[in-house]
Amino acid sequence: MTAFLQLDFAPLLAAMLAGATCGLLGSFLVLRREALLGDAITHAVLPGIVLGFAVTGARAGAPMLLGAAIAALLASWLITWLRRAARLEGAAATGIVFTSFFAAGLVLLEATGARSVDLDVDCVLFGQMETLLWPQAEGIASLFDATALAALPRAVFLLAGVGALIAVTTALLWQPLKLLCFDPAYAVSLGLPVRRLDVVLNLMLAAAAVAAFEAVGSILVVALLVAPASAMRLLTNRYNTQILGGAALGAAVAALGYMLAGPLPAALGSAHAVNAAGMIGVLSGLLVAAAAFSGRWRRA
Amino acid sequence: MIAHNTLVVLLGCAALGVAAGAVGCFALLRGRALLADAMGHAALPGVVGAALIGAWFGTDPRALPPLLIGGAIAGALGLWAVQALAATGRIRQDAAIGVVLASFYALGVVGLSVVQAMPAGAQAGLSHFILGQAATMRTEDAWAAGLLAMFCVVATVALFPRFRALCFDAEFAALQGLNIRVTDAALMGLILLVCIAGLPAVGLVLVVALLVLPAATARLLNQRLPGMLAASCAIGGVSGVLGALISAGHEGWPTGAAVVLVGTAFFVAALLVRRA
Repeated sequence: MTAFLQLDFAPLLAAMLAGATCGLLGSFLVLRREALLGDAITHAVLPGIVLGFAVTGARAGAPMLLGAAIAALLASWLITWLRRAARLEGAAATGIVFTSFFAAGLVLLEATGARSVDLDVDCVLFGQMETLLWPQAEGIASLFDATALAALPRAVFLLAGVGALIAVTTALLWQPLKLLCFDPAYAVSLGLPVRRLDVVLNLMLAAAAVAAFEAVGSILVVALLVAPASAMRLLTNRYNTQILGGAALGAAVAALGYMLAGPLPAALGSAHAVNAAGMIGVLSGLLVAAAAFSGRWRRA
Repeated sequence: MIAHNTLVVLLGCAALGVAAGAVGCFALLRGRALLADAMGHAALPGVVGAALIGAWFGTDPRALPPLLIGGAIAGALGLWAVQALAATGRIRQDAAIGVVLASFYALGVVGLSVVQAMPAGAQAGLSHFILGQAATMRTEDAWAAGLLAMFCVVATVALFPRFRALCFDAEFAALQGLNIRVTDAALMGLILLVCIAGLPAVGLVLVVALLVLPAATARLLNQRLPGMLAASCAIGGVSGVLGALISAGHEGWPTGAAVVLVGTAFFVAALLVRRA
């Protein structure tokens, strides 16, 4: 038990928080047909994260979140502007913006020397759940011990904080978001601040991308954003089931993926472990495939 | 004097840029550019799988052609998966692209972690396919990728009239006897091949940018197709070479990132020229 708490509890918790948060947001993206935006924002936040890190010299949550928010807003604005200024279709404009932001972020990673202090390309590409350790855990009592809990890795707190914030915001904005998903024109005619809701969604997306990238890396955040929500879309037509089910599926696939990558093989006596973020991504894809094969969407 | 190996690598990058510029024009006009993102990411498990099979059979783990073939197969599978998911009618194409891109890439990451545990250190070479590293390309790698790229250029030129018809007036072309599905499939095939050819130098994450940026830049400068195509090839070729040179000069800068930043600079310049 102590070994599990010290080695696996923190990454498992981080994965589930990332899965739930991204699964929740992903449902809004899928319903609004903005899955590409999820892909774009998760890539576009990289320079913001790196600069937030470089300016403060520390890998603390607040500067990275702030940098990511600025990068996300700048990217969204640029995409809209490019579509007009360069007469590009949406997908091409989005592609240009997020790839150039991501490339800039990669170069900044090297140029600012960020890689020497534990923010490096491997973390971006593969995540680093395996490094989330909790050495202060000693038996199950630690789960109820405030001092021990306070020593959990910072990434877990960031995920918990961002997750809670997003959950609360979603709950408060439940009806407006629902209207935004199904009838934006009607929402505008009712006087809802549609553009501001858009910005709020983008900011939540950026925050989730920052928090989750520490666990699963930039590219696999896309898996958690799009796959559980897509699977739910194939299984249900009901709004509440879609949104809450997306969150639940995200958490479940993250937990199962993590366990299959390391702890389960170890329990079965195998010395081999595979990358946990990768396993989560693979499972999320299989989930969508299973939902597609189930054929439930045909009977709707 | 430039060393022989360096020269071949630079020429390979130039060829790749030209191919991406050429194919990218039609990909952009036909609205298929983002599928390159899916195919590029989907190639990773194929590359890793080919390396694992090669290790099992004891062949040279760094030989490029088998890795590229594995990548092409996986990329094609990814394309099929995107289309199958979109065909359900419940998932839009961009969501399907996201699911395929991320889950195939994840499978590749799992594979990389398996390779990492094996001796022979083949893993160090494999992860370069993600962000590209022209500096570590061997002469034979540059030849393989370069020849593939040249094939794409030749095929694009040969299919020019069909692609032009496909992009500008598909219905009329169909009436005139053009097989839309086959032509579309040919375009998708060429996009896949450019992605694969770009794996060693530019990497799978950013190869889509090489397909979009030169074409978009060229379109800002020249509205007519032959001029746009020529400009796109030129810009692509220059971006490839400059990106390779810049990344070789800065240790740790992935070539893919450098190429994209050069391409972005051209794009911004073209935007400014047009506004002037």
